[in-house]
Amino acid sequence: MGDHVKYGPARILPGEQLRISTNPDTEPFWEAAKEGRLTACQCADCGHFRMPPSPYCPECSSSSKAWPTLPGTGTVFSYVVCNRNPANGEEYVYVPVVVDIDGAPGARLNANVTGCNAEDVHIGMKVAVEWTPIQDGWVLPNFRKV
Amino acid sequence: MAWAHQDKTAIVGVGATDYYVRGKSWPRTINDMAGEAILKACADAGISIRDIDGFSYYSTAGAGYLDKFDTASLMETLGMPNVSFSATLTSGGGGCPGAIGLATAGLMNEDCRYAVTVMALQQLPQHRLGVVFGAAAPSPENSFLQPSGLVGPGHLMSMLTRRHMHLYGTTQDAFGEIVMATRANTHNRPKAVRKAPLTKEEYDASIMLADPLRRLDFCLETDGAVAVITTTMDRAKDCRHKPAVVHACAHGGQREWGRAFAWMGMPDPHFASSGHQFTADRIWAQSGLSARDMDVALIYDHFSPMVLMQLEDYGFCEKGEGNDYVLSGKIRYDAATGSGVNGGVPVNTHGGNLNEAYIIGMTHIVEGVEQVRGTAINQVKDAEFALVSGGPASLPVSSLILRSE
Repeated sequence: MGDHVKYGPARILPGEQLRISTNPDTEPFWEAAKEGRLTACQCADCGHFRMPPSPYCPECSSSSKAWPTLPGTGTVFSYVVCNRNPANGEEYVYVPVVVDIDGAPGARLNANVTGCNAEDVHIGMKVAVEWTPIQDGWVLPNFRKV
Repeated sequence: MAWAHQDKTAIVGVGATDYYVRGKSWPRTINDMAGEAILKACADAGISIRDIDGFSYYSTAGAGYLDKFDTASLMETLGMPNVSFSATLTSGGGGCPGAIGLATAGLMNEDCRYAVTVMALQQLPQHRLGVVFGAAAPSPENSFLQPSGLVGPGHLMSMLTRRHMHLYGTTQDAFGEIVMATRANTHNRPKAVRKAPLTKEEYDASIMLADPLRRLDFCLETDGAVAVITTTMDRAKDCRHKPAVVHACAHGGQREWGRAFAWMGMPDPHFASSGHQFTADRIWAQSGLSARDMDVALIYDHFSPMVLMQLEDYGFCEKGEGNDYVLSGKIRYDAATGSGVNGGVPVNTHGGNLNEAYIIGMTHIVEGVEQVRGTAINQVKDAEFALVSGGPASLPVSSLILRSE
């Protein structure tokens, strides 16, 4: 962190500017998000978690997947403070975070965090999911400081 | 165990265009620039363009990030009569020095006699590299990354850098020293884009683009082309210059690194690394050498912290000690003595991607060749071994040890 930089509130990027695409491997994650349910791709045979969802379990090669409902909390593993909205280049303070997801060891999500100033985000900070509607009716998991 | 093809091939020719600030090479075309680099490399080697019968690419034969090289098109305009090897490493700039190993594979298999490796880079307004991730419609995989606003390589690299700072107490002062130390090597290089000496005050005043990284931690964006020619040692002896012998070369990596910052799933300690550990272990095993045996290190520097993390992964210092290693002056080149400083190995005596030019790693190979030939502008005295590394990114990454003949 730039010790002396004061950025102010960490904002979530506007959902109306964001899109995703899905395939049959990833769609269950996004369908769960639409229902306000945070999940991660789990091997239905050996229990290993993997994200993003992919066709095979890298541990046991099974293609059976489970989509458990997770607590929706996590811990900041790393973060970056950004100051321009990538959609239009305007000044906009947002903080991309890599989050270790509770209940899904080894699985991570990349998202934005809000609920505090950007300069107060830190590794180890506890966060809870905050749902952001985006284009095409999808919903994106972001996070809020607990 | 020593590599079976150790010292069996050599780089015998290097060629480059001028280096243009991003977008300034127009109205030249990408094959115009690639052709100039290849023809100059042939002239440097003392061979005819008609002798070239192999193409060994990297970056999935990318010419920059959105154009592609096509061997048939290059043959059509340059007049090679036939080609018997045409292959590429996958992914991006991480494979740059690994392409010389691929060339060696083609040569040792007797598929070809002279293999060229080429990169040309040209950015038109619609081809801006820094937003190349952001401009693309998110694929299903990238839909787990891009909506977070991690849209440029600098954003992505900052995430790894932050973790390194957290785990090891690494400071932004070390990143500044990497930029300043390598900037000090360009004042006497006619083709370098940034030649003015850089002060710490200027570095500290550089704007924060993706905290903790400043604009000056990001490499240049340049247009231009570079080509190098690899051949067998018996043919190399008939070429114009002293051969730059291919002593070791490896590409690849381990699953824990994988797609790296396109994924962010790397466990510690791989997350805060350059992803080169596996490849470093391979070239040291191939050669029986270690970092301390290198006379010069040409380390891919798309972002300054990645130099520090590669120094750790290659064993120039221990993991987590890159900050102190760099700040003790050990990556500097002392022009007065033609050697390192404070017991270190000079890094990027050509100024690197940060200061000289960014042709996706090829300038590092050229500098390695010139160092072991003994003809470098910032010559390391009696340089015998040069390490060249490729860009930390999605696998494969790669590296090369060149040896003087």
